Amino acid sequence: MIEFFIKNEQMIYFLVLCTFLGVELIANVPAVLHTPLMSGANAISGIILIGAIIIMMKIDDNDYLSLALGTLAVFLGMLNIAGGFLVTSRMLQMFSGKKKSK
Amino acid sequence: MEAIVHFSYLVAMLGFVIGLKFLSSPSRAKTGNYIAAGGMALAVVATLVGAFYGVPISVLKITLIFAAIIAGYLVGKRMSDRVAMTEMPQLISFFNAMGGGCAMILALIEARVDATPSTASLSLLWAGLIIGAASFSGSIVAYRKLSGKQKDKKAAWIMWSSRLLLLVFIAAPILYVYEFLPQYLELISLVLLVLGLIYGVIFVLPIGGADMPVVISLLNSLTGVATALAGILYENSIMIAGGIFVGAAGVLLTLLMCQAMNRSLFAVIGGKFKASKAGPGDEEEIEITTTSFGEVATKLAFAQKVAIIPGYGLAVAQAQHLCKQLQALLENKDTEVHYIIHPVAGRMPGHMNVLLAEADVHYDILKEMDAVNDDMSSYDIAIIIGANDVVNPAAETDEHSPIYGMPIIRAYNCREVVVIKRGMAKGYAGVENKLFGYENCDLLFADAKDALSGIINELKVL
Repeated sequence: MIEFFIKNEQMIYFLVLCTFLGVELIANVPAVLHTPLMSGANAISGIILIGAIIIMMKIDDNDYLSLALGTLAVFLGMLNIAGGFLVTSRMLQMFSGKKKSK
Repeated sequence: MEAIVHFSYLVAMLGFVIGLKFLSSPSRAKTGNYIAAGGMALAVVATLVGAFYGVPISVLKITLIFAAIIAGYLVGKRMSDRVAMTEMPQLISFFNAMGGGCAMILALIEARVDATPSTASLSLLWAGLIIGAASFSGSIVAYRKLSGKQKDKKAAWIMWSSRLLLLVFIAAPILYVYEFLPQYLELISLVLLVLGLIYGVIFVLPIGGADMPVVISLLNSLTGVATALAGILYENSIMIAGGIFVGAAGVLLTLLMCQAMNRSLFAVIGGKFKASKAGPGDEEEIEITTTSFGEVATKLAFAQKVAIIPGYGLAVAQAQHLCKQLQALLENKDTEVHYIIHPVAGRMPGHMNVLLAEADVHYDILKEMDAVNDDMSSYDIAIIIGANDVVNPAAETDEHSPIYGMPIIRAYNCREVVVIKRGMAKGYAGVENKLFGYENCDLLFADAKDALSGIINELKVL
């Protein structure tokens, strides 16, 4: 346990600080923006796509099942990212388009 | 090359930070979304470049990766372009399911490829696998519930089996590491994956439809955690940062939403309201007055200041454009029209704003509950469209009511109140709405769409 902590000290600091930053960042969000924010955050969690790409590189070329699964993972990750950001942008478009019009 | 990749990750992380920050302020939200998306694009491109550079890689793999990325983009674009604003919440849930599914598959492949992981990476791997799977199936159930394809289900066995599963999730890795379980990594991973899927389903099943926003936010946060776990496994800083941001922000957002509804997270997850301990005399029949399109139109024609209080029913009937028509008609007669929005009206916080924005309703006349609540008596008439619990005075007066303490719009203070609803059905909380019995309150039984077009027609004739 202690050994694990010492070995990964930096990582643990990073985790803790990121957690607080994540909370701080959105602490003052008005209720109006809850839905777009949730959608935007959802898109960011699509960063898992990077993991999918990394693991694709590790897979043996003859392991077809893993390749198929990996391809599916890349597809799902990209779907999460593209869909997430585009939907958020569509929602926000409506808020701002109206503000300009008057 | 590696330095460039790492530098790109740093920039991408800043993009996420600034993006999230901007996304929580109304004037900069749009920019924030672009910045976050830019950060994401940079991170993905950097990963691809870093992966392909200097390493021999088969044409097959490159083709597969690019084909999947392009297909993912096209499908995502198509879905988000076509979705109606009323279906927004379920689409977010669907996309979240995709992220969870991705995390789940990743962990499964990792179990196939890496035959003898260390204890630390094994725990990360399985935690990511179970959380990803639960987030995937849970989001799918939430998606189906919001599209009305799935009913709530409550049963004792659901509660017991979910507890049992939690126990299994904790026990299995320990038993495996100490070799009490057969050392078939791939097989056990597969079993855990299936159990994770089941857990996601029974986690969301008992939760009521109106609580889905909270659940989606929670599941979104879970996907973030699964991402961060995978990031730790790969020692990839941008995955950790992105995942943890979403995980932490998601939990806070979940709590903020619960707060707006005056419910504890546990009550939401348990899928129940406090059992109403009705005191004697509480069940008395409420005497209601019904009204007609013409009558409402006449009242509106004489009103100087009108409040429209939209809810769930407006979204379901897709009546936002008619609402706007009514508003325009009234404004032509120099009547002041305000929309008063309860923080949790609709199926998601902010849902009503998005919905009305789609119908081109001006931002300035959307009033938040807190801004106008002390001033409700200045409205000549309040039209409540498909909202129920959020205007129920029992929340303020009846200590025994399950919704007691929930902030409500004080519509009863308006000179007159008209409630448009389809029938006498109770609101989500399952409590009688005392407002209907008030003397200044009339009910108009109709679908929001029919009612609004009826009123508009009468108003035009007047």
